[in-house]
Amino acid sequence: MRKYNIPHKFQLTTIIELYAQWIKEGRLKVNADWNRDIGAKFTVQDPCNIARKSGSNKIVDDLRFVVKTVVGEENFIDTVPSRMNNFCCGGGGGALQAGFPDQRRAYGKIKFDQIKATGADYVIAPCHNCHGQIEDIGLHYGGRYHVVHLWTIICLALGVLADTERAYLGPDLAEVGL
Amino acid sequence: MAEAIKIDTLDVELKEAVLDKVPDANFDLCLTCGTCTGGCPASEQFGMDPRKLIRMLNFGMDEEILKSDWKWVCSMCGRCQLACPMNINIPKLIYNIRAKMAREKRPKGILGSCDQHIRTGSAMGAAKEDFEFTVLDVAEEIREGHPGFEDLEVTVDRVGAQMVLNQNSREPVTEPEEMGPLWKILHLVGADWTYPSVMWAGENYCMFLADDEGWRYIIEEFVLHVDNNLKSPLVVNTE
Repeated sequence: MRKYNIPHKFQLTTIIELYAQWIKEGRLKVNADWNRDIGAKFTVQDPCNIARKSGSNKIVDDLRFVVKTVVGEENFIDTVPSRMNNFCCGGGGGALQAGFPDQRRAYGKIKFDQIKATGADYVIAPCHNCHGQIEDIGLHYGGRYHVVHLWTIICLALGVLADTERAYLGPDLAEVGL
Repeated sequence: MAEAIKIDTLDVELKEAVLDKVPDANFDLCLTCGTCTGGCPASEQFGMDPRKLIRMLNFGMDEEILKSDWKWVCSMCGRCQLACPMNINIPKLIYNIRAKMAREKRPKGILGSCDQHIRTGSAMGAAKEDFEFTVLDVAEEIREGHPGFEDLEVTVDRVGAQMVLNQNSREPVTEPEEMGPLWKILHLVGADWTYPSVMWAGENYCMFLADDEGWRYIIEEFVLHVDNNLKSPLVVNTE
């Protein structure tokens, strides 16, 4: 809309900012009790569009606030670098469908090494391009992490994640709260 | 003895064409420091990197630039520009190099997704009827089978809802049960929301295709629908 100067009456926001707002307002009653004993480790992928390309760290800081709230601060391990200086996963800009898989995977090696260095069991990827690419490079380079949507972990923490909504969870979390 | 290159006499057609569209792209300010390249994961693929690209652009090596497939490996992530001391707009250069290619010759996967989006409202080609059928069907399953969510409400095109959500088309098309957790959160916080039936999908492959016309059409249709038909004050990007 900005690019084409298309006038619009509505405001634009992201679900991540709303999650953070709802937690702060007490409307989204969520905590990390479920993960206290399990201690599953999480990291996040900062999608370029909501990090660097949004022009500020606002959304990715909200993302960290939400993730730390639902998995426990001690179970969150950030990548280096991260937030606005994050490395792109290599799946964006159409790369996943551009037809150059060898180059796309070589590009993704930096992301893979970054994730591996965190030692995290789970990567929360709040973007479908990132989700697809990080899953693919994990398989390609032999990673042992799982890639999950943020809503999956929020619902796990809320105790409302059904057995049919666990396709991306590993065996350690597959039964939690059922 | 080697002869110095006469900068003033170089034919830099591509550079001038891109500068016409992106006047503040700063290509002439390049210090050749290589900071862009040092931090670019696409460096060295197809023998190219951002510094080399700017050099080639400034030397007028248009044919070599346009020939390279590197423009489809670069994801326009913007890390080069963030690091660049002279704020050179390399992502927009890539976009405009992509746009120089005949539309039908651009990568089939991206082209197909863009065309589907223009035609149906989503890159995976699910028309609004299919989308509506799927979400209402999954919502019914949740109401019937997930205790505590008997009152879960999912609507399409509900006029006057407080917020309109987009949805990546991968979910309704390939993994519909993944929409459930999002809806449950919205239900538990008491959000007043709806999906739009027009251009409902969150992705935009026309942007990746560098198809200005298609990109603009998708956004315009969406804006008109939300502002004029749904009259919702807030649009929520779900990814």
